[in-house]
Parts: sequence; C-alpha cells; structure tokens
Amino acid sequence: MTGLGELGYDVAHLLGGAMLLVSFVLLAQRRLEAVTGALALQGVLLALAAAWQGHVQGAGQLLLTAGIALAAKGVGIPLVLRRMAAALPPAQRADAPGPLAPVMLGAVALVALAFLLAVPATRGAPVLARVDIAIALAILLLGALMMVTRRGALAQVAGLLTMENGLILAAVGVAGMPLVVEISTAGLVLVVAVIAGVFARQLGERFGAQDTALLDRHRGERR
Amino acid sequence: MSAAGALVLLHLLGAGLLAAWPARAALLNLLLCGAALVPAAMILAAPGGEGWLRADALNAPFVMLSAIIGFGAALFSLEDVRGEGFDARRLRSYHAAFQGFLAANHAALLSDNLGILWVAIEAGTLASVVMVGVHRTPAAIEAAWKFFVLCGFGIALALFGIIVLALAGAPHLPEGGARLSAAALRAAAARMDPALLDLGFVFLLVGFGTKAGLVPLHSWLPDAHAEGPTPIAAVLSGLLLNAAMLAILRGQAIVAANEAALSPGGFLIAMGLASLLLAGVTLWRRRDAKRLLGWSSIEHMGIAAIAFGLGGPAGNAAGLLHLWGHALLKSAAFFAIGRAARLKGDQRMDAIGGLARSHPPLGWGLVLAMAGLAGLPPLGLFVSEWWLAGAAAQAAPWVLAPLLPGLLVAGLALLHAMQRLCLGPPTPDAAPGPARPSTLLPLWTNLALALVIALALPAPLAALLREGAGLLP
Repeated sequence: MTGLGELGYDVAHLLGGAMLLVSFVLLAQRRLEAVTGALALQGVLLALAAAWQGHVQGAGQLLLTAGIALAAKGVGIPLVLRRMAAALPPAQRADAPGPLAPVMLGAVALVALAFLLAVPATRGAPVLARVDIAIALAILLLGALMMVTRRGALAQVAGLLTMENGLILAAVGVAGMPLVVEISTAGLVLVVAVIAGVFARQLGERFGAQDTALLDRHRGERR
Repeated sequence: MSAAGALVLLHLLGAGLLAAWPARAALLNLLLCGAALVPAAMILAAPGGEGWLRADALNAPFVMLSAIIGFGAALFSLEDVRGEGFDARRLRSYHAAFQGFLAANHAALLSDNLGILWVAIEAGTLASVVMVGVHRTPAAIEAAWKFFVLCGFGIALALFGIIVLALAGAPHLPEGGARLSAAALRAAAARMDPALLDLGFVFLLVGFGTKAGLVPLHSWLPDAHAEGPTPIAAVLSGLLLNAAMLAILRGQAIVAANEAALSPGGFLIAMGLASLLLAGVTLWRRRDAKRLLGWSSIEHMGIAAIAFGLGGPAGNAAGLLHLWGHALLKSAAFFAIGRAARLKGDQRMDAIGGLARSHPPLGWGLVLAMAGLAGLPPLGLFVSEWWLAGAAAQAAPWVLAPLLPGLLVAGLALLHAMQRLCLGPPTPDAAPGPARPSTLLPLWTNLALALVIALALPAPLAALLREGAGLLP
C-alpha cells in the first residue's frame, strides 16, 4: 500500500483514529459533564485533522474549516451543552447508557462493518481519502449507536454532534468542497445545538427530567 | 437576478421581516406568499439558468406547485392561527419559520449543487421543527423531538452519501463547485468508480428517504403532521416530501448513468412497496384524522417511489404526476380536516362526523379530496396510478402482485374513513360557525387543479411532464 510509513499519511491516520477512540469514550461515559468534555476533545481533534489535511493537500481553505471546527465543535457547543447539563438537577446529570458490554460489542461490530464497507468500495480513491472515509463512517455509525442507546435528550444530541464530526472528517478528506457549503453547514450545526437545547429544557420543565422515555406514554394514538 | 434567486431571496427576506416586525404578521405572510407566485410562474414559463439555482423541466412544476400550496396554506393560516391563541412571541416564531421553510424548500427544489441542496433541506427541517413544536404540549414536543432526532440522523447519512459521490467525482471534475454539481456529476458518472457510486447512493437513499417518509425511517411523519398546526401539515406533505423525493431522484440519475454501478430502481421499488403495504394496513387503525392523512402521505410517497424505481418515460411520468396530484389533494384534505377539527374542537375521527350534511361546502370538498387520495376518478391520482400499473405491467409484471392489493387496501381504508368523517350523522359542533373563504378557497382551488392535471393537462405542462420524465433514468 503506498503511503504507509509516510508522515502525511500516518498523522492523518493518527488523528482520525484518535477521534474514533473518543467516540468509544463517549459511548461509555455516564456523566453528562464527561460527555461534553469528550465531545470537546473530539472537536479539537477534528480541527487538527482538518488543518493537517489542509497542510498535506495544500488547500488553504481547509485551515478555515479547521478554525470553524475548533471554535464551534471544540469550544462553543460543548460549553453550551455543559451549561445546560449543569442547570439540571444533580440526579439527572448522569445518564445510564444501559449495560455497557453489549453496547461496546455493538460498537466494535459497527467499526468492523464500516471498514468492510468502505475499504473495498474506495479502492479507486486516493490513498489518503480511503482510510479517512472508513474512519469517518465508523464515527458516524458510533454516533448513531449513541443516539439509539441513550435516553437523555442531551446525550442524544451529543450522539448527533459526533455524527456531524464524522461527516466533517469525511469532507476534509475529499478535497474541493465549496466554502459556502462548509460555512453554512457549520452555522446549521450551531442552530441544531441551540434548538436541541431549547427542546431539552422544555422536556425538563414539563416532566422534571429530560428523559425521553417519559414521553412514550404521550404517543398520540393512545391519548 | 434570476427568477429562482428572487424567489428564494423573497422568502428569506420575508423570514427576517416577520421575525423583526411581527405586527400583522399573518397578513404579511399571505402577501409574501402571494408575491412569490410571480417568480414561480416566471420559472414555470421559462425554466433554465446556470449556477447553483437551476430550474429545469423536472423541478419547475414543483416550484409552481409549492408556491400555490404555500399561498393556500398562508391563506388558511390567516384564519386558523387566530384559533391557536398564540402569544406574540410564538406568533413571531411561527410566521418567521413559515417563510424560512418556504425559502429553504424552494432552494432545495432548485439547487443543482448537492451541498446547497443538503443545507437547504437541513434548514427546512429546522424551520419545520420549530413549527411542529409550537403548541408546546407534551405530544407536540415529543413529535418535534422525534422529527428532529430522526431527520437529523437521516440527513447526516445523506451528507455522507453526498461526500462519497464527490469523492467518486474528484478525479474527473475540476476542483470547486463542479464536484458537487448534480449535472456535472451525472455527466461524468460513466467514468467514475462504480463501487463508490454504490456506497454513496445507498446512504443518499436512506438519508433523504427519511425525509421523504419512506419506510423504515418514516415514524416521525404521522406525529409531525398531527401535532403541528394544520398549515404546517399541509406544507410538510405538499412541499417537503416532494423536495426530498427530488433529492433522491438526483442521486438516482447520477448512479444510473454508470452501467457498472448497482441499479437503483430495485431499492426504490422495495422501499416503495414496503411503505405502501405498511401504510395500507396501518391506515385502517387510525383514530386521529390528521395522523390518518400523515399515514396516507407515507403510502403515496411509496407509490411514487415504485413508479420512479420502474423508471422509463412511462414510470417516471406516472411518478411525477403522482407527486403533483398528491401534493394538491393532500393539502386540500388538510385544509378541510383542519377546519373541521376547529369546528368540533377535536381532531379525533370519532368527534368529526357528518360534515357533508352539516357543512356542505367543507364536507363535500373533503369527500372529493379523500376520494381522490383513495385513487378514485376523476382526480389526479387515478390517472397516475393507472399509468403506474401500465408501466409495471410492461417493465416488471411481478410488481403488480403486491402493488394492486396494496392500492386497494389503502384506498378502501381512506374511503372508509371518508365515509365516517363526511357521510354519517353529524356530530355536535363545539365552536359553530360557517366555513370561511380562507378555508374554502384553497380547498376548492386545489381540487380544481387536481381535476385539471388529470383530465385536461394543458399542452405546455404536458410537454414539461414528458421532458421532466425524460431527464430521469
């Protein structure tokens, strides 16, 4: 395989792999404070990965992407989420992800699936993009797993945000996304976080808990 | 500036205006939607253009349709929103989100750039989440949350699909906007790596399929339609679902241009049949009138997906006509049901009965709309379902085996519901009053248009339909 052992390739690998590891941390964390911390770490790693890709590809605009990722995903959104978590009563600041072993096994299976899907499919693509896409798909699927296994609204939002991190990682690996798209995507993610927060707070006010399971009995047809 | 740009900009400015200056917002909302009819008509009269927003024979009729239904919904909303009892803040966010949704929806329909398309659909989702949750009841918040989480999930998958398509196009296209241009990708698709195209399309289909309400990621749809204000249900069914379906069709056109890639038709047929059959069974057990119509949207999106999956000039024309007719009839049905729910003070089907006798113009309008949705002649869906059956008999006769029973079961369920809602003994009114022009005008206009597209499609529109069908694989 060409590229293996070259610095550009190895660093991109390392940063992507680190992001994937953080996804596992996110899946296992109970305390919302720790979840937001891990989310911030993943955002910073994403910014580094984008900056590195910008350096390797000689694409200056990726540095801007990196800056946006650092500001929004590394700092802004985690801070907002942390403040929301801190405003919750202490009993709700932890969110049980359920029994951990099956979740982790599922996560490992999803990562294997991502590589089995993406590596053969990207045979024709540039080497640098290949592993990037596979790792990004794995992060995407782990984010989806987090959204499925968590009950708390804020933890579900964290899952959604890691999915977005995976998407940006995939996007920076593919050179030539127009700038407008990147900027508006970043803006949208911010709005997503705000709307999510507003609803999470409303859920909290309504039910004294932001546990979406409580909503099950409000399913319309059974009213 | 092109008419397409003017249309999107008008609604964007409208959103800003209504957010900043909420006095008389309902009337301004209506005026803005009325003004939008002009650029929409210009787009329909002369589709074309270059750049990010590009009208062609495929999307121009949908833009006009969206403008008409948007205007109707704004007119209906003028009266309906008074019954909601919103405070000033909610009125402001409701109207601003309405305009923002229309801007995003038009941008999604017109965009040639897949990235902009994605951003527009995501922005439209966020605007509609605000509108669905505006009642702030537990059920409305749950519906909005489900909508938000499921569509956020789906749309993330769609963006991954778009990124993979861009990766497939990277060796063959110049850097910059061209790598995400649907037209450029399609032109170069024959030379692209088929494995990458396959991967991209599957994610695109599942992602935008969520927004189009296709099974298995459909469960947000009935709740969002039932819990939001009625005008929102009308624009969700009439506009958003079509925009999502067109997004899928763009991806399908790219993949189908490469002979070595998988054939996308089979996936569309499978998801369409699953949607049709599940909805056909589920429709029988609905007790909430707006949920019933929501499930019927799942059914009709499934039917359109089958038609596009079969493809060819006949299948594609059937699918396009079906989308047109469904958007008109479904929004008409929502206007009627919304007004009936106000009269009865309840949207459960038990509470609504005998509308045709107690409120004839409203009740008979609903009778026609639901009969049309059930596939009875003479309204639009009868023709498109007939064409679909013909296309299936030619291209893949086995599809008829599940298709015809599915159509029958779903149609009968709707007729059964129509009979309960309109023809039985009238139930008492909680807030008696006549049906006003703000309901009857959009209701009967949509019905008349559905009749026209079925029986006397004007020659220029028929030409656009044929040309649009020819643009699809």
